[in-house]
Amino acid sequence: MANKVSVDISHRGPNGSIKGGESCPSCKELLTSEELESNLRVCHHCGHHLRVSARQRVAQLADEGTWNELAPHLRSADPLEFFDVRLYGDRIDEAESETGLNEAIVTGTARIHKMDVVLAVMEFGFMGGSMGSVVGEKFWRAAEAAIENRYPLLVFSASGGARMQEGILSLLQMAKTTCAVELLGEARIPFVSVLTHPTTGGVLASFATLADVIVAEPGSLLCFSGPRVIEQTIKEKLPEDFGRAESNMAHGQVDIIIPRNELKDRLVQILGMLEGGVACALEPLWEEKARPAGRGGAFAEALDRVKAIANAPWRAFKGRDREDQ
Amino acid sequence: MPTLPGVHLKDEIAKISNRLMELGRGRQPDKASWEKVELARHPKRPYTLDYIEHMFPGFIELKGDRLFADDPAIVGGLAAYQGRTIMVIGHQKGRDLPSRTYRNFGMPKPEGYRKAQRLMRLADKFHIPVLTLVDTPGAFPGVAAEERGQGSAIATSLMCMAKLQVPTVAVIIGEGGSGGALALALADRVMMLENSIYSVITPEACAAILWRDSSEAQQAATSLKLTSADLEELEVVDEVLPEPRGGAHKDYAGAARILKEALEDSLRELETVSPLQRKKERFEKYRRMGVWREEGLTLF
Repeated sequence: MANKVSVDISHRGPNGSIKGGESCPSCKELLTSEELESNLRVCHHCGHHLRVSARQRVAQLADEGTWNELAPHLRSADPLEFFDVRLYGDRIDEAESETGLNEAIVTGTARIHKMDVVLAVMEFGFMGGSMGSVVGEKFWRAAEAAIENRYPLLVFSASGGARMQEGILSLLQMAKTTCAVELLGEARIPFVSVLTHPTTGGVLASFATLADVIVAEPGSLLCFSGPRVIEQTIKEKLPEDFGRAESNMAHGQVDIIIPRNELKDRLVQILGMLEGGVACALEPLWEEKARPAGRGGAFAEALDRVKAIANAPWRAFKGRDREDQ
Repeated sequence: MPTLPGVHLKDEIAKISNRLMELGRGRQPDKASWEKVELARHPKRPYTLDYIEHMFPGFIELKGDRLFADDPAIVGGLAAYQGRTIMVIGHQKGRDLPSRTYRNFGMPKPEGYRKAQRLMRLADKFHIPVLTLVDTPGAFPGVAAEERGQGSAIATSLMCMAKLQVPTVAVIIGEGGSGGALALALADRVMMLENSIYSVITPEACAAILWRDSSEAQQAATSLKLTSADLEELEVVDEVLPEPRGGAHKDYAGAARILKEALEDSLRELETVSPLQRKKERFEKYRRMGVWREEGLTLF
């Protein structure tokens, strides 16, 4: 838990970027900001997936103007009055000013390709994406929102583990988020977890691997104990592909690896299928890709109308279900 | 302060200024916390099988996860207890070098957590209450353990405990080390022996990361608030069980008696509640875990 994940910053400037762009951490090619933005922050030379901030991720996925943040005012307290070389409060303040977020996770409702979802995205830039009380509480509220609205839950994780500065309370968030996942299960709400680079420690060992479908981004490091901890234990250098998404899939720990440029479409397809086939029955994914951009065109509109009619009894059924409870 | 690019004095400055501040406030590493760490790791401290020997004479150990292997770092099985059956599962450490190696120093691998889960499901099927005894430095960090899904084994163990319909009691009897400990401790009642510890990370590892100096472990132990008294104050454990005079390692039978009495009280309370209500209360308890602020207010 709380393992440090090594980040190679040797080729970067003091704030992690090179003027007007970044160089790819994998092939070292220089990439301009425009190139990166247009390719969803994937290197177009080697296909390496660069880290995406939580805000960028929401922007990449949510239909424009549909993001509605949940619990935006939750902030960390300092229950232990933790002190190490710096005060916990100072670390929080710094992380806030660096990321523009007030915690290591943002949660909200959004529409993705017109599908309503509850979306939670972790921010590795905020104290290593560590899970403390606020992350646990926001996750719980996101799950509650998913159950209340009967929207599927889509979670992007990126975390170094539990937040040491909240001590045992951060460990207990693993138990708390697990209970939230069980509530989702009881309500039969689809939960898809996308593991992004890096997902380790207490986040991997709780909600992130308890999803109905576990998706990973290519090349992401997914492990419970960090490579350095294991190297110290076995006193050996680990292979390059240790704990990577591909190796996790080969060992049966991950359901599917989806490259970022296909992520949005495939996630909507998976979530739709989990809803019982109704939502996606009229929506063959691969034809959709051939459609004009932005789901325009008379054909797409006609399809949406047909879909709305086909879905009406299902929606009504789900509404009744809610009233019964 | 003008510095060369790449030269960061910020941490160093903060370290010194915080040290000054701590001195000013009289924040010294608290010897008591470190003493508890050493007591919790005492080589003569009673382990799970010692408690079982004293508490449940007819214990039948059931091994293996029915998937891959048996993990000797977790033991479990059925025991007769006051006219009914109880499922006892706990981490197990070794006493001498061969047994320590055999028990992998009490650090379970995925098969250990999967064994625990299948035993808990068995207990659930026959309405048998579950008692877990927690005593581990943490889950084993190794390549093979990772490949077999250490993270997901812990996660599913948590899920298994969250779902149980039967009463569950967890007692931290020694070291409660991180996720590897919590995996067996998501229970209706969580108790701690007086001289045990329960922490998100070992003080040594915490010091190595935050202080960049593992010799600051004593300071880290104080900061982490890992003693039984701290955890009772944080409302993470329901009850702290006093140990026999001088500590559990001086009197195994006495410690087992205390544990047995506490188990009896807990089960008596839990068994009066319906399974659904018990699960509801369990979820409410974990829902409350954590401290945060909302719009300037501090809430529990």
